[in-house]
Amino acid sequence: MTAPEKKVTRLEVVEPKSLQFGKKWDYAPSPESTDPVKIKLRYELFIGGKFTVPKSGNYFKTINPATEEVLSEVAEANEADVDIAVKAARVAYEKYWSKLAPAERAKYIFRIARQLQEKAREFAILETMDNGKPIKETRDFDVPTAAAHLFYHAGWADKLEYAFPGRKTRPLGVCGLIVPWNFPLLIAIWKIAPALATGNTVVIKPSKTTSLSLLHLAKIIEEADLPPGVVNVVTGTGKTGDMIVRHQDIQKISFTGSTAVGKGIIKATAGTGKRLTMELGGKSANIIFEDAAIDQAIEGIIQGIYFNQGHVCCAGSRLFVQEGIRDLVIRKLKDRIQSLRLGNPLDKNTDIGAIISGEQLETIRELVKSGVDEGCEIYQAPCELPKKGFWFAPTFFTGVAQSNRIAREEIFGPVLSILTFRTPEEAVEKANNTAYGLAGAVWTDKGSKIFKISSKLKSGVVWGNTYNKFDPASPFGGYKESGFGREGGLHGLLPYVELE
Amino acid sequence: MQTVDQIGIEERAASLAKRSIKKQTKVEGILLAISMIDLTTLEGKDSAGKVQAMCQKAIRPLDSANLQSQCQGPALPGREANSKSLRSQMIPSVAAVCVYPSMIPIAKKALKGTQIKIASVATGFPSGLTPLSIKIEETKKAVAMGADEIDMVLSRGNFLSGEYEKVSDEISLVKEACGDSHLKVILETGELETYDNVRKASFLAMNAGANFIKTSTGKAAVNATLPVTLVMLEAIRDYWYQTGRMIGMKPAGGIRTSKQALQYLVMVKETLGDAWLSNEWFRFGASTLTNDLLMQLAKEATGNYQSLDYFTND
Repeated sequence: MTAPEKKVTRLEVVEPKSLQFGKKWDYAPSPESTDPVKIKLRYELFIGGKFTVPKSGNYFKTINPATEEVLSEVAEANEADVDIAVKAARVAYEKYWSKLAPAERAKYIFRIARQLQEKAREFAILETMDNGKPIKETRDFDVPTAAAHLFYHAGWADKLEYAFPGRKTRPLGVCGLIVPWNFPLLIAIWKIAPALATGNTVVIKPSKTTSLSLLHLAKIIEEADLPPGVVNVVTGTGKTGDMIVRHQDIQKISFTGSTAVGKGIIKATAGTGKRLTMELGGKSANIIFEDAAIDQAIEGIIQGIYFNQGHVCCAGSRLFVQEGIRDLVIRKLKDRIQSLRLGNPLDKNTDIGAIISGEQLETIRELVKSGVDEGCEIYQAPCELPKKGFWFAPTFFTGVAQSNRIAREEIFGPVLSILTFRTPEEAVEKANNTAYGLAGAVWTDKGSKIFKISSKLKSGVVWGNTYNKFDPASPFGGYKESGFGREGGLHGLLPYVELE
Repeated sequence: MQTVDQIGIEERAASLAKRSIKKQTKVEGILLAISMIDLTTLEGKDSAGKVQAMCQKAIRPLDSANLQSQCQGPALPGREANSKSLRSQMIPSVAAVCVYPSMIPIAKKALKGTQIKIASVATGFPSGLTPLSIKIEETKKAVAMGADEIDMVLSRGNFLSGEYEKVSDEISLVKEACGDSHLKVILETGELETYDNVRKASFLAMNAGANFIKTSTGKAAVNATLPVTLVMLEAIRDYWYQTGRMIGMKPAGGIRTSKQALQYLVMVKETLGDAWLSNEWFRFGASTLTNDLLMQLAKEATGNYQSLDYFTND
């Protein structure tokens, strides 16, 4: 006799109920007025202290990625233009800037800093229009942080002997600075401020898609009466950047951008004696332990990956959650991203702005598709995307493995890959198992654990219980394919000086 | 027990406080806030006359006809929409009045025929340092006299000395004494000091049967703050995650301006969502907030600020 078969009752998997973030008491639009900004119809190159017509005779259009409206047209520098700019910088270096008393250099930098603060609103609006990032970020982060970097480095100008005790510093000469589109003004100033403070002159090139804020900064530089040629702005495409990289009379290249382009620059400058700073891509690990303050960690995830639409080289794009809290974190994240507000970047309540370009949007879509194709589970915030412009809803993937493309390649968009770990050792091992090494964060209520884990992470920056915090006194930079050299702090002065 | 990071929670509260609330949203927010007020008087000098007057104010915070007649006048440019919408809106009554137990009969009489609830503090308010049997007796008496809601105080002394079970049992017993009346547990967050304590006390109260958790008595040096309220809202959400039971929230003390009130509403909207955005689940414990809300409302309608002489002080 056989025992009666036991009735198998399948455990029903009940999807937990989620909170409803609907239209109840919805916020009325609160757009920032664009009145304070006067965008010119056309922008020339800024060489030798004045705006000059490009020898190339060419101009390219720059658009607002949130509306696809053409904002203006910008000069495209060719070889001759770059050469004139470098010559102007050389003359300025020999004649004025390297001879100036350090305290006088500081005065100029302070003057630029104060002017930038004075015009903070104009710059915030302009940057938002040209880049598509939310006004609350340009207003509360980009512009104030840029001003802070100027103030900080102005302070160093006449104190370099204290920066490197017992050593004398000598400037390098003309620096070629190449800036990306994700923080056009801020990263430009990250490079200009230490270069000038240490006595160098510069030729700087913004990204093709976001030239305007730097050109308006040139206006401030003009008004600040900086000796002509100390700062030269040459706008253009990647080709223009390449001309800067290859120019014979440039002593230093500081580049922020993709790893692929960075590798090209390193090859192109090999053997030339040019000094390099490379701030490249990243796939940073955001590690959350069971004992973390989870609600604040959730905010850290949001800040880590959705800040600036994920167009952040140090974005916390790989989330490592300890297995025991995986479900809770995912549930909270699902609820939290419902309340992110995507839309008009000029609206003061917008959290997520536009993707920089159609091209970048395609890259993001392609990588997201690979995530879906490889079997990862996708979740996207249920927000309505505007008809015009380039947009991508905040997205995260669960069930991601180390071998998936979305866990290895930089997406540079609002897309998070969630992985899990069981032990601290495993977290460190997985976090370090990447070609990149720019940033990361550790979330735990246990102070000793923060120090233990962060000292084992191979990345330039590790945040403890926070994410994307920047201070001019704190160096920023990467390991491995994320580059080398530091920006900010004492370490950030070193790439711009020769020590005697 | 999940912990709270001080820097993180304060940053989040500050960022939510930056939401830009303008135009129609502001008007709707103010009307919503008025409907969520527990109009409060908790002073030793409270008298029947004072409570009666306050109840009248609770029923009709502002003579709607008065505001509407003001809206008839020419609105300033840009104010037309608000002016128009206010003309058709009634100013709501507040949610409840909050008084000492001996004032319940007076309030009950004054509020007869209205929807306004009567909340009474009990259990040795504000210190809570009364024997348990008397706390229970006081609660029962308040309910018998007609209190719809009981605002009890947490025994902070016991909580801070780690006697959680004792605190929890006490809340359960008071809840039992409440019968059908709603129980609000006042944590007196200013005396708990740390956010971790606030979260712990919130869970303790919710687990023991509280219908609402409330920040403060209004008698301590530090009363409701945005971050403390956010900690409690997150605790309410996590409790809902665990149990499916909705708990209400009441910040009290120190909320005086419309701007502050709207910041609290933003926190509710973005932490707990639509379901909590009503006076069934969110209240303001306040006495002077009402007039500022009314003043802002009049300003939204007419474009001008009016002198406080136009708003009654009851």
